[in-house]
Amino acid sequence: MNAIILSAIWGVIMMFCGVFIKSKTTPKYIAIAGLISILSSSVFEYLNHKSFFKIQINDMLRFDNFNLAFIALILLCTLIYFLLNGAEIEKVGEHVGEYYALIFFILSGIAIAATFNTLLMLFIGIEIISIPLYILTGSDKRNLKSNEAALKYFLMGAFSTGIMLMGITFIYGGTPNATFYIDKIMLGTGQMPILISVGLLFIMVALSFKVSAAPFHFWTPDVYDGAPTVFTSFMSTIVKVAGFFAFIRLFEHAFGSMQDQWQKLITYITITTLLIGNITAVFQQSVKRMLAYSSIAQAGFMLLAVFALNDKAKEGMLLYTAAYSLATIGIFGVLTKMEDYTIDGFNGLAKAQPTMALTATIFLLSLTGVPLTAGFQSKFFMLMAAVENGHQFWIVIVAVLFAAISAYYYFRIIQAMYFKDANENTIITTTINKPFLYMLMLIALMIVIIGIYPEIIIGWMYR
Amino acid sequence: MDIKAYIILSLVLFTIGIVGVLVRRNAIIIFMCVELMLNAVNLLLVAFSKMHAMSTAAKASANFASDAQIFVFFIMVVAAAEVSVGLAIIVMMYRNVHTVDVNFLNRLKN
Repeated sequence: MNAIILSAIWGVIMMFCGVFIKSKTTPKYIAIAGLISILSSSVFEYLNHKSFFKIQINDMLRFDNFNLAFIALILLCTLIYFLLNGAEIEKVGEHVGEYYALIFFILSGIAIAATFNTLLMLFIGIEIISIPLYILTGSDKRNLKSNEAALKYFLMGAFSTGIMLMGITFIYGGTPNATFYIDKIMLGTGQMPILISVGLLFIMVALSFKVSAAPFHFWTPDVYDGAPTVFTSFMSTIVKVAGFFAFIRLFEHAFGSMQDQWQKLITYITITTLLIGNITAVFQQSVKRMLAYSSIAQAGFMLLAVFALNDKAKEGMLLYTAAYSLATIGIFGVLTKMEDYTIDGFNGLAKAQPTMALTATIFLLSLTGVPLTAGFQSKFFMLMAAVENGHQFWIVIVAVLFAAISAYYYFRIIQAMYFKDANENTIITTTINKPFLYMLMLIALMIVIIGIYPEIIIGWMYR
Repeated sequence: MDIKAYIILSLVLFTIGIVGVLVRRNAIIIFMCVELMLNAVNLLLVAFSKMHAMSTAAKASANFASDAQIFVFFIMVVAAAEVSVGLAIIVMMYRNVHTVDVNFLNRLKN
């Protein structure tokens, strides 16, 4: 509750900052101060299970250890994102305060989407996440690619919202209890009524749109490519993970008892996502576009949690939140400093910027899932969840094979950095300042520490 | 009246919306089709609410029928927010390329 209300309030404060403060650097400090206070208040809520606000919410939101830990983790990742990318956000345009305001509103939406207990709150949460993102995507107003990405994202997003609402309506019509509360929709394990199964299908399609799972991924590469790189970094990590969290929460509480009836569909979606994400990423020349496809491939792994829906899957989801967000924020942070976004642009980076190249290598290794990094632990937990689930064991083998394929395109960047000579394009015109490098090293250190002691994150679930 | 009639009517509206989104090339028309989809949902929600209110089984819960009608208001509010953002994006697009044809959106392909 603290996170929802405080981040909405702080969003409004940031909007006023945009009006009254002329300096371009001040909003960053106000945003960081606000985020620290929101983070500490939500950690307080996690520890004491007590909110600062007494609000009659009619059980529409439900707070437990798992989703409070998730909110705290998301806020921590956002704090790291702000600290790393503060200077880049200032470069996007004139209205720095507003960008921060929109990010705070998104955080409020994420907190709703992570704690919802009725389909109404699911809808509201997803929309509060989506609408500011349309604006952030198009925030580079003079750039045609940014415009195009915003329009495409908006039309696709509104379309999928319509589909999700139709699904919610069907579920409401089909449930005998006439309720939107997700734990009262279906009682028992029998055959689903036809209206509920149609509604389930619609919601599954709409949520797959939001988390960019194949075959509903086609907007993703274009939007991620066109949006300003800093905001691509935000929406491909924190927002996407929040979408998965809502996905898992809905399917666990509302349809968990009928898992055998929809698990096959999730299996097909997972396999297609892994296939399309990994295979298409191999052929990309632009690193930004390759990371867009890699985020589709990682979404395939996160879908394993929806597939399994057991305790291991939840642990894996928390780990994946940390591992995937940190590594992708880091690699996008490096990418924003590059002049040339093609893989050749990384040639010889190790000689010019040894620290940046080393940390980028750690991020890429973590995304691949090499042992001793957080990425390995998170993938391991996901696979273990799928094995423990017991059905369709072959999905694990397929997932491991695709993880091996992903090594090819991640290692191509490492190879370019270390084993190729620099060309003129590699020269970085923007000066790299010391705090940026320290932040990169901090993220790399966190990835390695989580890789060795995953209990640091998992323990948050059980307290 | 039978609930089937409402279901069929709103499914027809919804399908017109989906086909419009997939077939039409004008951004504004696509946008109108999305709104049509949302309104089909609103109609069906109200119909289902009435259906549940008339059945006896649902009377156990306290506010058994009004939930869906309140949901409709939320959909209207969110749709209005979406319109404001969406039209702003379309206007921004129009200022730069002087067209609202989505066939123009092919710069990102290569």
